Amino acid sequence: MEDILIPKNTSDALALNRPIVEDTEYTTLNLGPTHPATHGIFQNILKMDGEKIVSGEQTIGYIHRAFEKIAERRPFYQITTLTDRMNYCSSPINNMGWHMTVEKLLGVTVPKRADYIRVIMMELARISDHIICNSILGVDTGAYSGFLYVFQEREKIYEIYEEMCGARLTTNMGRIGGMERDLSPTAIAKIRDLVNNSLPKAWAEFEKLFNRNRIFVDRIVNVGPITGERALEYGFTGPNLRAAGIDYDVRVMEPYSSYQDFDFDIPVGHNGDTYDRFMVRNQEIWESMKIIRQALENLPEGPYYANENHYYLPPKHDVYKNMEALIYHFKIVMGEIDAPAGEVYHAVEGGNGELGFYLVSDGGRAPYRLHFRRPSFIYYQAYPEMCKGVSISDAIVILSSLNVIAGELDA
Amino acid sequence: MTNQQIAEDIVVKFGENTHSFEEPWGLLTLTTNRQNIISLLEYLKQHETFRFNFLTDLTGIHLPDNQGAEFGVIYHLHSLQNNVRIRIKVFLSQDDIHIPTVTSIWPTANWMERETYDFFGILFDGHPNLIRILNIEEMDYFPMRKEYALEDATREDKIDALFGR
Repeated sequence: MEDILIPKNTSDALALNRPIVEDTEYTTLNLGPTHPATHGIFQNILKMDGEKIVSGEQTIGYIHRAFEKIAERRPFYQITTLTDRMNYCSSPINNMGWHMTVEKLLGVTVPKRADYIRVIMMELARISDHIICNSILGVDTGAYSGFLYVFQEREKIYEIYEEMCGARLTTNMGRIGGMERDLSPTAIAKIRDLVNNSLPKAWAEFEKLFNRNRIFVDRIVNVGPITGERALEYGFTGPNLRAAGIDYDVRVMEPYSSYQDFDFDIPVGHNGDTYDRFMVRNQEIWESMKIIRQALENLPEGPYYANENHYYLPPKHDVYKNMEALIYHFKIVMGEIDAPAGEVYHAVEGGNGELGFYLVSDGGRAPYRLHFRRPSFIYYQAYPEMCKGVSISDAIVILSSLNVIAGELDA
Repeated sequence: MTNQQIAEDIVVKFGENTHSFEEPWGLLTLTTNRQNIISLLEYLKQHETFRFNFLTDLTGIHLPDNQGAEFGVIYHLHSLQNNVRIRIKVFLSQDDIHIPTVTSIWPTANWMERETYDFFGILFDGHPNLIRILNIEEMDYFPMRKEYALEDATREDKIDALFGR
């Protein structure tokens, strides 16, 4: 980091928009670890020249919990609780991604109904993830009220989670082979109300408040731009990459969980600046609502779990009356079932981008090696480059628009 | 463009330096050595039709029973134009766990390599800043290695009194 501090040559001086000075003193500013604007625990040590950031150094790992190591001891069905705690703003996507990875390894085909329920849950999670990112971006620029309005809608999504699995934040939703329970009539009614009435209304209001608001737009246009080419080199995925103009979306490129059945658009930006990231996420919320409406409309009848005795818990009433079910129940809960050996990579489109699971199984009860490809971890390293030469208030806005989730960053 | 075509093209170019071609779940997997990893990755990235321009993932693995090749480095590349993935592995001996860095090809490899170093102790030669990333700097071991086993959930030698039971 030391070599770029003093703009001794012309290109550095141009980048920083200041004359070449041999003896400048810089201020060091600690942004974090527990600064409210970082929305998580990670530190940025910024070298400041007056108001302008000259360079930044990141320290991460404050909430590292060694999930990859812990996973090597756990039976497959117990790993969802670890994935919950990665991107905790959209845990159902993490859960489903893990189930699908194991199903790929086992060669299980999930019934259509389970696929559709998963799609609904994943899109709800995406909506809640984007609601947080965009409304907090408003808070970081000084507009608090939008955040309060749309958080009401996020609360409704959490009520649907509760209806589905009993939990709100760390959902542990779904099981290997399907869903743990069917969509209840209450859940369906709540989802219908959300995507047909309350959320479109609230989100339209939010957009009205922000999208062409002069004060807000002036704060975010051309702040922290990144070119598509550079974004690819930095491993960007998800809304941040699409904002830079590259239409890569795992849901379309490698459809999983019956995403090929749905008709939706992939919003793409131009400049990759904060405004584009904001707009891409806004638009994705509308697209997610579209997907959920289609899934509810065409929800297939049938079972909501696969016939996978070795991993999917038998119904409780069978456990008491049926020997076979009792045996499987015991074996699953004790984690005594060996998975086939193999090597699988499965990716899902998480709230922040491509969430990958690289699973190596040696034929034991637990993974031999499990690696999470965490989008936040990978694109956060571009942050010092993106905020070079900007003021501290812009740096906060850039950080907010990248939607770095500390849990996912550190795993 | 099929995996077969890619594999044939790689074999023509790199010959015996690439081996163990597999296709688990349709993902072309091959193994190379550290002398050829940089040229192979550059070749795949700049290839006119393949264009593996995106480094999806870089990670390590420890295989203590694999004599002479205890550590593995695994690269997942993705060709966004063709929507094809490829997995490349390099195995290293524990007496000499050096491998060239790929940060010059993809800047994103910076943190991925730091993470791999942090957990496995694999040394990436030429890396601009090869220090620990998620663990504390004072740590003097590499925790993802298999010799550091987690506590066995089924063990019986625990003294209950020590755990307040």
